[in-house]
Amino acid sequence: MTLHNTTDRIEKEIVLRAPQSRVWGALANAEEFGAWFGMKLEGDFAPGGRVRGQITLPGHGRVTIEIAIERMDPESRMSYRWHPYAVQPGVDYSSEPTTLVEFQLDEVAGGTRLRVVESGFDRIPAARRAEALRMNDAGWAEQLQNIARHVGS
Amino acid sequence: MSVHSAGSREVSRTAPMFAALGDATRLGLVARLGSEGPLSITQLTAGSAVTRQAITKHLTVLATAGLVSDLRRGRERIWELEPEQIEAARAYLEHVSKRWDEALDRLKEFVEK
Repeated sequence: MTLHNTTDRIEKEIVLRAPQSRVWGALANAEEFGAWFGMKLEGDFAPGGRVRGQITLPGHGRVTIEIAIERMDPESRMSYRWHPYAVQPGVDYSSEPTTLVEFQLDEVAGGTRLRVVESGFDRIPAARRAEALRMNDAGWAEQLQNIARHVGS
Repeated sequence: MSVHSAGSREVSRTAPMFAALGDATRLGLVARLGSEGPLSITQLTAGSAVTRQAITKHLTVLATAGLVSDLRRGRERIWELEPEQIEAARAYLEHVSKRWDEALDRLKEFVEK
């Protein structure tokens, strides 16, 4: 967590014990990306292209995600735009602002450093942000009930 | 079991807050109170094209949403932020941030196996 707590962007950094080519594959190959992210994507990632898919993480219901790829510099950088936590089934988010997700890969001793920046949150309508939180609450309520059911049986 | 009613209480608490912040003037007032500390109506109106009456109206909306509160000092009302509510407004970003942490943990497992 950075000290100057901006509300517009999220920055993450992680060192992966895997070669840069392996990490790049997990990002640039839509099927692999979906496997770890928790999405079933149709089609391939290409600059300027759009790929749609469904979230497969538990507790999400049937939610369609659209990823608009901006740039792909092999084994180095990839960026795309999407609607963050556009999680309400049946809502058309296409006219709303998107956030930009940027991945940057660097070779470090013993593996690959991956930086992720998602920016543009300040342009997301306040109502949408509130809704995302509400969906999260609903998700947690559901999870708690699952646990209660599990331990109670 | 009351997990669902707890969820809807959360909605009724946060929804007016986001609506209150969805206005440039009100967002500006919150920003000023955040950086300059408690201010009077006179101070908040100074240098602004918006009238004192309009500022008061905006502050009332913010107060209803629980974002600001006022106290009377002499003949002036002093307005200040309710930090707890502002903190709640950050919850959204923290939520998205946590999702990234989870996703990157899964990526780590995926590429290191």
